[in-house]
Amino acid sequence: MRAMDEAMRAETVKFAGHGGDEIEGYLGQPLGGGPYGAVVVIHHMPGYDRESKEHVRRLAAAGFLALCPNLHVREAPGASPDDAAAAARAAGGVPDDRLVGDVAGAIAHLTALPSASGKVGTIGYCSGGRQSFLAACSLPLDAAVDCYGAFVVEAPPPERGLRMTPLLERAGDLSCPLLGLFGADDQFPAPAETARLGAELTRLGKAHELHTYEGAGHAFFSVDRPAYRVEAAVDGWRRVLAFFGEHLG
Amino acid sequence: MCTYETSHVAVEGAGKGADGWFPVTEATVYFDHPVAAMAEHTLNLDFLNRARGASARVAVELDATSAYALAQAILERLEAAPPALTGELHRR
Repeated sequence: MRAMDEAMRAETVKFAGHGGDEIEGYLGQPLGGGPYGAVVVIHHMPGYDRESKEHVRRLAAAGFLALCPNLHVREAPGASPDDAAAAARAAGGVPDDRLVGDVAGAIAHLTALPSASGKVGTIGYCSGGRQSFLAACSLPLDAAVDCYGAFVVEAPPPERGLRMTPLLERAGDLSCPLLGLFGADDQFPAPAETARLGAELTRLGKAHELHTYEGAGHAFFSVDRPAYRVEAAVDGWRRVLAFFGEHLG
Repeated sequence: MCTYETSHVAVEGAGKGADGWFPVTEATVYFDHPVAAMAEHTLNLDFLNRARGASARVAVELDATSAYALAQAILERLEAAPPALTGELHRR
């Protein structure tokens, strides 16, 4: 339910993440009475940055409770987002089990808010796209959005030595409808990879909508980067809000 | 790309960060999205001292051509330096 005047409160909060660790996140709440659906925003690999917080505020303005956990806070408490992202990279990245635990903690925080409807979704960008899919295969959700997440279908080339594993074999555990937004010029994930994802979800009878934008590559939602593609981003936001409105409303 | 593919190099030296000079102990090198450079992908160099926390960092993001030229220039200067001054290097 959209707050008529779009009034919101947005702030940093502390909550229990994976393993009971106290972590921080950025929470946006519409100021009406609700009930509001809730969204966990999974930030991109460059970190818990200003633009990730803008996504939280935009969702709150549209009538959703939204919480973006700082996935790098353990490696770099109090550091700037870019330093924290570099520290997380140097330490090998965010482990999958820790990600799921942090998203579960964010969900618990959101659903305990007095204006929460109890419905919960996730949206993630870049590495967060894969993590949104991972969360949706690991936790009971009502909706999940994967924005250009790589290594959902294909494993990283073996010579790269990455520890990320593909998730396609987990697709049978997908707990909710999936919206996927991708760029036709992206190589990670490439259009052939996202087509395989769609085929597998169809085979499994899992509800999904996948859209691939021509003239866009990776990170087309990033308004502060050269990758920004206004047509894809505007249409992508329209689809995201409609999708969450349908499944979390 | 959006990967964790990263080269790690143990280094000895010093770098100047937001809080002044500090000893650098590690460099990470990766080709991925930049934070601030106006390019979709850059060669990124971080000089770190993890013992001093995540903010002990000197970061550079260079487009691929610049980074390649820089790497060549580094090797040229090292190879042109008198061996007496880079003895340890030449023994490796």
